[in-house]
Amino acid sequence: MEALIAVLVGVLFAAGTYSLMRRSIVKLVIGVILISQGANLLVFTAGGLLAGRPALVPGDGTVPPAPFGDPLPQAMVLTAIVIGFGLTAFLLALVARAHEAVGDDDINAFNKTDT
Amino acid sequence: MSELSILLPIFIPLVGAVVLLLGQRSLGVQKLGGVLFSGLTFAAAIYLLLAADAAGHVVLQVGNWSAPFGISLVADRFSAVMVAVSSFMGAAVAVYALSEIDESRLRRFFFPLYLILMFGVNGAFLTGDLFNLYVWFEVMLIASFVLMSMGGERGELEGGMKYVCLNLLSSVMFLAGAGIIYGKTGTLNMADIAQNLIHSPDANWVISSSMLLLVSFGLKAGIFPFFFWLPASYHTPPSAVSAIFAGLLTKVGVYALFRAYTLMFVPIFSEVQTIILFLAVMTMITGVFGAASHFDMRRILSFHIVSQIGYMVLGLAFMTPLSIAAAIFYLVHHIIVKTNLFLVSGVVIRLKGSSDLAKVGGLAKSAPWLAALFFVPAFSLGGIPPLSGFWAKFAVVKAGLEIEAWISVTAALLVGVLTLYSMTKIWAEAFWKDQPEDHVPVTTKHTGALGFMVGPIVVMAVATVIIGLFGEPLFEFSERAAAQLLNPEEYISAVLGPATEELP
Repeated sequence: MEALIAVLVGVLFAAGTYSLMRRSIVKLVIGVILISQGANLLVFTAGGLLAGRPALVPGDGTVPPAPFGDPLPQAMVLTAIVIGFGLTAFLLALVARAHEAVGDDDINAFNKTDT
Repeated sequence: MSELSILLPIFIPLVGAVVLLLGQRSLGVQKLGGVLFSGLTFAAAIYLLLAADAAGHVVLQVGNWSAPFGISLVADRFSAVMVAVSSFMGAAVAVYALSEIDESRLRRFFFPLYLILMFGVNGAFLTGDLFNLYVWFEVMLIASFVLMSMGGERGELEGGMKYVCLNLLSSVMFLAGAGIIYGKTGTLNMADIAQNLIHSPDANWVISSSMLLLVSFGLKAGIFPFFFWLPASYHTPPSAVSAIFAGLLTKVGVYALFRAYTLMFVPIFSEVQTIILFLAVMTMITGVFGAASHFDMRRILSFHIVSQIGYMVLGLAFMTPLSIAAAIFYLVHHIIVKTNLFLVSGVVIRLKGSSDLAKVGGLAKSAPWLAALFFVPAFSLGGIPPLSGFWAKFAVVKAGLEIEAWISVTAALLVGVLTLYSMTKIWAEAFWKDQPEDHVPVTTKHTGALGFMVGPIVVMAVATVIIGLFGEPLFEFSERAAAQLLNPEEYISAVLGPATEELP
């Protein structure tokens, strides 16, 4: 299972990087989203995958029966997803405004602040 | 009670932001509240600095969850001084913003966002938890994104796009690095990570994830080769915003680098020292060449942030007691001086309508006071004795000579000369030469009094001179802070408790 997810993370990072390299600003946004989802999945997997073993303490015990899935990476990913959601929303709004101001979808037109 | 003092610099800006959101209708409330809460934050930060210097470490286990299970807030001398200087800048720039920020920005929650930015910055300096640091970075970033692009003009939106995208990538790297480190060490508490790695027979397996963090912090700090977003965006927003970004945001990245390589990754530092050294030297050189090639005051200053970051990272790369102390001294000096220079550029724009050196001139005649106020931070940045920058550069170079790092020292001295060249260029073009006849100065419309803009500049210029003339107490403090950083056991036992038990 881990191997499969690892490949999936790799695919997400690769696809995200490819989209980032494209010239359209919409693809830029897609690239950022894909890469951040890849990172979320990576963190999730880094904690170890255990199906059907929640970290729940039975009524008469003090610790969950081993082995149990580590809940901390899941909490981290949840935080990261929420943060990523907010940032993506902001990025979309920014791209829309920038597209209006520049009047072009091409990254190469965004050169007024360079040089 | 002293443990709670660590909460104040985080809590006051948050409360301030909420209060100002509630009082959004009145511009008077926004302005008064912005200055009041920034000032209170500064007072709290000074209190924390005194407490941290006296006690060594101020540690608060949030919610009384014992470390490493809960989130620890830790103020050692280094983070306390960073909080103090940042809050000083925060208060000064808030006063400056009273006059520079126009009404539409104030109505779009300029001051609440500004306070959230301070909230994020102070939180990042004070947290002792890796994932919590990520969250603070995001708090700081989202506020800075909005501040950067809220004007809605083309330059701001373009600069904002570059800034946002590259910083989002850096956050992704950080998240991935933190996740993998958790997977490898089973903890996120920085002290606990450090302890696990120190006691681990084979710490090298975190090198890869430490590289992810190096890239992420490097992007935020603006080191070579990750700095491209910085000169493309920092010159676009109003000067008050550029100034606070220039002073604080990149320094949070530098702070994080210091925290990572003097605490968490101490056992593997020798493996990556060459890389950091190379990055530091290249950062200095590329930054200063970029600055030399530009002819707009704010763009020149933006590139100089990059080159100056190189000196601080160089101090980290040498990793001797003197070099770390020099880097801390450099950070304090640089935050004050760089913020001040951006503030001066704002006054130039206000008087002449532009910061393009081809279009402005004659300021030494028409505004000699401004020339004097520019002179102090500019030549401090260039390293002219007896201003603060001279001692900062001197200490870094001396540290390099002691360990016989000839190439780095040569680069540092060369970059110093070129820095002086850029500052002389601004001086000669904006202040000495006459106003170009084909460009009539346009006074931009500002509502507030000029005094609010000049006041903070004067205060910071005086601070620069004082650090230059009577810098010894600050340097001694830096040495104490460096001694702490080079002895991570002290930090670990302060956070995890003296009798550290092995975790199952």
